[in-house]
Amino acid sequence: MKKFVYALVILMAIIHQDIWWWDNKRLIFDFMPLGLFYHALFSCMAAGLWALAIKWAWPSDIEEWAEAEGEQGGEQ
Amino acid sequence: MSHDPWLIVLGQAAEPASRTPLYIIIVYMCALFALGWISSRLFRGSSKDFFVASQSIGPFMLLMSVFGTTMTAFALVGSTGKAFSLGIGTYGLMASSSGLIHAACFFFVGIRMWSFGKKYGYVTQIQFFRDRFESKGLGYLMFPILVGLIIPYLLVGLIGAGNYIGGVTAGMFPETFSLPDKVLPSGKEIANPLNGSVPAWLTGLVISAVVLFYVFFGGVRSAVWANTFQTIVFMIMGLVGFLVIAHGLGGLEAASKKTLEYAPEKLSRVGLMTPAHFMSYMLVPLSVGMFPHLFQHWLTAKSAKSFRLTVVAHPICIMIVWVPCILIGIWAAGLHAEGSLRVPPLPNGNPNANAVLSAMVKTFMDSPVLIGLFSAGVLAAIMSSLDSQFVCIGSMFTNDFVVPWMGKDRFTDKQKVWLGRGFIVFIVLITYVISIFKPTSVFNLGVWCFSGFSALFPIAFASVYWKRLTKAGVVASVIATTVTWSLFIYDALGNKGEKWFGESHAGEYLIAGVMPVTFICLASIIALVLVSLATKAPSQATIDRFFPTKG
Repeated sequence: MKKFVYALVILMAIIHQDIWWWDNKRLIFDFMPLGLFYHALFSCMAAGLWALAIKWAWPSDIEEWAEAEGEQGGEQ
Repeated sequence: MSHDPWLIVLGQAAEPASRTPLYIIIVYMCALFALGWISSRLFRGSSKDFFVASQSIGPFMLLMSVFGTTMTAFALVGSTGKAFSLGIGTYGLMASSSGLIHAACFFFVGIRMWSFGKKYGYVTQIQFFRDRFESKGLGYLMFPILVGLIIPYLLVGLIGAGNYIGGVTAGMFPETFSLPDKVLPSGKEIANPLNGSVPAWLTGLVISAVVLFYVFFGGVRSAVWANTFQTIVFMIMGLVGFLVIAHGLGGLEAASKKTLEYAPEKLSRVGLMTPAHFMSYMLVPLSVGMFPHLFQHWLTAKSAKSFRLTVVAHPICIMIVWVPCILIGIWAAGLHAEGSLRVPPLPNGNPNANAVLSAMVKTFMDSPVLIGLFSAGVLAAIMSSLDSQFVCIGSMFTNDFVVPWMGKDRFTDKQKVWLGRGFIVFIVLITYVISIFKPTSVFNLGVWCFSGFSALFPIAFASVYWKRLTKAGVVASVIATTVTWSLFIYDALGNKGEKWFGESHAGEYLIAGVMPVTFICLASIIALVLVSLATKAPSQATIDRFFPTKG
């Protein structure tokens, strides 16, 4: 599922470039410009994507390693 | 001499404008003093507590502090002004892309950085880089560059606050802060729209002093508390302010229809930006992966799980703040084109984009109480970034410069805290003085600052994912970034003759039609990869230390 999440991240980066309504001035709900509405929706989709990433691609191994008792203090 | 009637709207009436908004702002500042004092009581006295709050911050406060830190004058004052000039595309340029890219940086880089901080006790980003690349010298190279890039970021906050408060307090003190009349490029003389306003130097002084107060005594713990409080304030007041302005314009539909009628170009992107320009902006939010103050916030997390809420909610929080600002900006463009909103002009006669938000508030919010509360919200957004940046520079000076140079046993824990505090005061003073003499576009200054950090981001990313990355590769990348960034910023802002590399388009400096960050990042990545491959790989011990798992 990790690969699926990574693919979704790339897909999101692509659909961010919404050239298909570059010159569309339509108002959604009579006040929200279409281009702005789409990108607001994009923000919600991004939140959904990251929820999926947490479910399917969470770096548990890193988390466990960091929280295990062990070495402390670097060279610094 | 002729005076335009609209100046009355901006506070040039015969009687001084109501000072109620200012009193509310003063009460808000006092509340912050109190909060700073209370949170500083929780300060445990150790340098670890001063710099990373003893890694005790839970999910909600982490979200609020990380989000509050990334939202500054750039987000409120800057985005409204940019939407006034560039229309709705401003949201896609920075906000929706940040929802994807910021969260990606938290998820793919932030959690790993936090894990190394937790395991090896790092307090700053440079401590991690020193260990990862087995080099003390690398820290000395990166320290001045990172501090140098934070200073413009601090300037964004101070200039934004000065511009906003100047606009909103116009006419309050006609005797104390009188300003001479302005002569427009057309030769027409007008009364100064900012006559009687609180000057930028005073606003900068007050907000610097308030933030310094709570950061000085409580360190990052106070910053996190204040950020949480201030983020809640600016999100709520931003929404309330938006609805009140919309009501003052006759409703959401009426406001947008006015823009459709008088400034329809602001409702789309055609003619204002090209797809290549828009796409290249996606590189700018990568800067969060390299912000030293965000790194420090990551390290305050109690556990990796604390990141989950931040990763998911960050895009939504950005949307809640930015959508209203963009709408206010495009409404202002429509009203300005119609002639029912005047924005204080720049010396060249063009409207000052930084003053658009304050002009809208002053014109379309009837209640002085609401103006005061909304203004407190704007200052909250600005100060919630300044505090983290203040703590961060103190932390870097102590842990990345003085301690490695003088030896870690040279200072007691208490002395380290005082060293940090001293450097914070020093940098704040420098930034404050620059802010008085160098007013510029908040949005553009922010973008230049972010571009520098974005170009350094490949170092952060590769340091946790690419075993073959070497110290020489990092040095080459830092040098490539510094050289290209300096050349481009000089060409854009300092070069008064013919431009060497790019050209200005709609107030933006573009090279071959894209943002300069594209070429700065490219130079950084090429130097990083080629020099790393050409030099000796890090020792196996270092690789084992920083790549402990398969993931």
